[in-house]
Amino acid sequence: MRPKVMEEVEALRGVNSVKIKEAHEAGKKVVGMYCVFSPSEIALAADAISVTLCGTTQEPIEEAEKHLPRNLCPLIKSSYGFAITDKCPYFYFSDVLLAETTCDGKKKMYELMGKIKPMHIMNLPQTAEGEEALEMWKKEMIKFKNFLEEQFHVEITDEKLREAIKLMNRERDAMKRLHKLNAHKPAPLTGMDMMLAQWLKGFNVDKEAGIELIERLIEEVEERIKEGKFAFDESAPRILLTGCPVGSGSEKVIKILEEAGASVVALENCTGYKGLDVMVDEDKDPITALAEKYLQTPCSCMTPNNKRLDLIKRLAEEYSVDGVVDLTWQACHTYNIESYFVKNFVKDELNLPFLQIETDYSDSDIGQIKVRVEAFLETINPTVTA
Amino acid sequence: MISIGIDVGSVAAKIAAFDGEKIIATAILPTGWSPREVGEQLLKDILEKNQIPRDKVKSIVGTGYGRVSLPFIDKKITEITCHGRGAFFINPEIRTVIDIGGQDSKVIKLDDTGMVVDFLMNDKCAAGTGRFLQVMANALQVDISELSELAEKAEPVNISSMCTVFAESEVVSLIAEGSSKEKIAAGLLQSVCNKTYSLVSKMDVEDKVFFSGGVSRSKVLKEMLEEKLGVDIISTEESQFLGAIGAAILGF
Repeated sequence: MRPKVMEEVEALRGVNSVKIKEAHEAGKKVVGMYCVFSPSEIALAADAISVTLCGTTQEPIEEAEKHLPRNLCPLIKSSYGFAITDKCPYFYFSDVLLAETTCDGKKKMYELMGKIKPMHIMNLPQTAEGEEALEMWKKEMIKFKNFLEEQFHVEITDEKLREAIKLMNRERDAMKRLHKLNAHKPAPLTGMDMMLAQWLKGFNVDKEAGIELIERLIEEVEERIKEGKFAFDESAPRILLTGCPVGSGSEKVIKILEEAGASVVALENCTGYKGLDVMVDEDKDPITALAEKYLQTPCSCMTPNNKRLDLIKRLAEEYSVDGVVDLTWQACHTYNIESYFVKNFVKDELNLPFLQIETDYSDSDIGQIKVRVEAFLETINPTVTA
Repeated sequence: MISIGIDVGSVAAKIAAFDGEKIIATAILPTGWSPREVGEQLLKDILEKNQIPRDKVKSIVGTGYGRVSLPFIDKKITEITCHGRGAFFINPEIRTVIDIGGQDSKVIKLDDTGMVVDFLMNDKCAAGTGRFLQVMANALQVDISELSELAEKAEPVNISSMCTVFAESEVVSLIAEGSSKEKIAAGLLQSVCNKTYSLVSKMDVEDKVFFSGGVSRSKVLKEMLEEKLGVDIISTEESQFLGAIGAAILGF
């Protein structure tokens, strides 16, 4: 049985789309964002709402393919499809969009999307290493701050930035504690619920209410651990999922894994733990602190990206995982190429079984993925899928 | 006691009976439109023909893509684990299995106890599978079982499209240009060989290598693979039954 608070979390789907409308009508400014590199703090310091925009379902992809090549990552196509079909309430109510030059596909798609709404593009360095990269990224933070000040006719003071940093750190801390509950063996939450809790929180209009909800979920789950109520039993193979982002609508691999008897305990991806690991330094100059934090995100768009391997190692140990699954979206070159390093690292350094699944949002390959996943789990525990 | 393994593939359904020491019987039928019916038919036939009373059957294990539609099985195990186990039973020195079936091709690596340690599967595409050859055999108006014989002494033409749909147009053009059936057949097998090679080469191939699945009945393809991979490949009469044999053994 699921924790009761998960029902409230699920209800956010409906609640949030109403709240965003109300907030818009009350004159609140909304900044729509796509990526874990986006500094929500700057938007919050401008007294605006920062929300994640839709891009995790198959449905709008057909429309998107009228403008975009078919052979493009589903996340980019879905994001763009939602934008042009106006089916994402958060996009609809966004006053401005924040984009970032993470990968070639996104950056060129943003040129098209920027025709629909005012958009600011943060120019992300190609590497996280070296002083120049940090200096450049700091300047990008300032440019974004200036953009919002001009757009919204507000002044973003250091004090407001500090407040926003503290708020976002509290949210990160709550999410982090929620994730860490699944280090318990057996895991108290399914990987599906963990993913949903974080994904739905992304659309949350009221940060404080979101934190409060997550705190209550943690409390309930802690209680369930004491009572011995878990999502899976002790024998379920414990899987760490790494790779591309996953949200509601693109959860098929998590679903297949868990239906085949695995317990997805750790989500290393950027819709999971990746962005929560490092806090923003509350004592430093806020812009420097923000630049430092966001630049440390171990994303495959960076070269080199060795910190991702460090994080996988740390999580694999902390969550006592039995295997690693690398989910890569079709045509996501950076994650698909990096999968080779990840495979060697997981097999040779961590001595764990590894499976890469390259797919898209469609259901067309579910049968094939099932065979791979079940066979993979059979190599970990021969009795699991029986 | 007897254990039964049923492997319902996309094209053919196979069954094997195991008595704890040896495989006592096998049978095969086209899968047709109902995996369930063909599974039931195979089970009925094998028990009747070999006079095995139902209560002597200690377990029935299902595998293959149709494993989910067999209501009478005790257990389902993926064809990857079953092929590995089956190959290991036939020859315990096998460390790599190349399996090419109707809709999938796979490379499976085994440890010295017959356990699967790693595997790779083709993506959702018919390139390099039995389906590819089936479509091409139709275009050549020959039976798929004749392809290998046709190709035997011929110099392969180059068929560059991996995609089944494009390759079919390519074959049609080749026929129109007057290429012989023999050369085209050899070209098609070469194409499957190349596609398989690209899958296999992502893994270290460890001796000994076993070739299984329906497509393994092609002698020419086996030789092409041996040349390309630089290793000897074992393939036996039982190759097509490997999944069913492995399932029966795992169920015992």
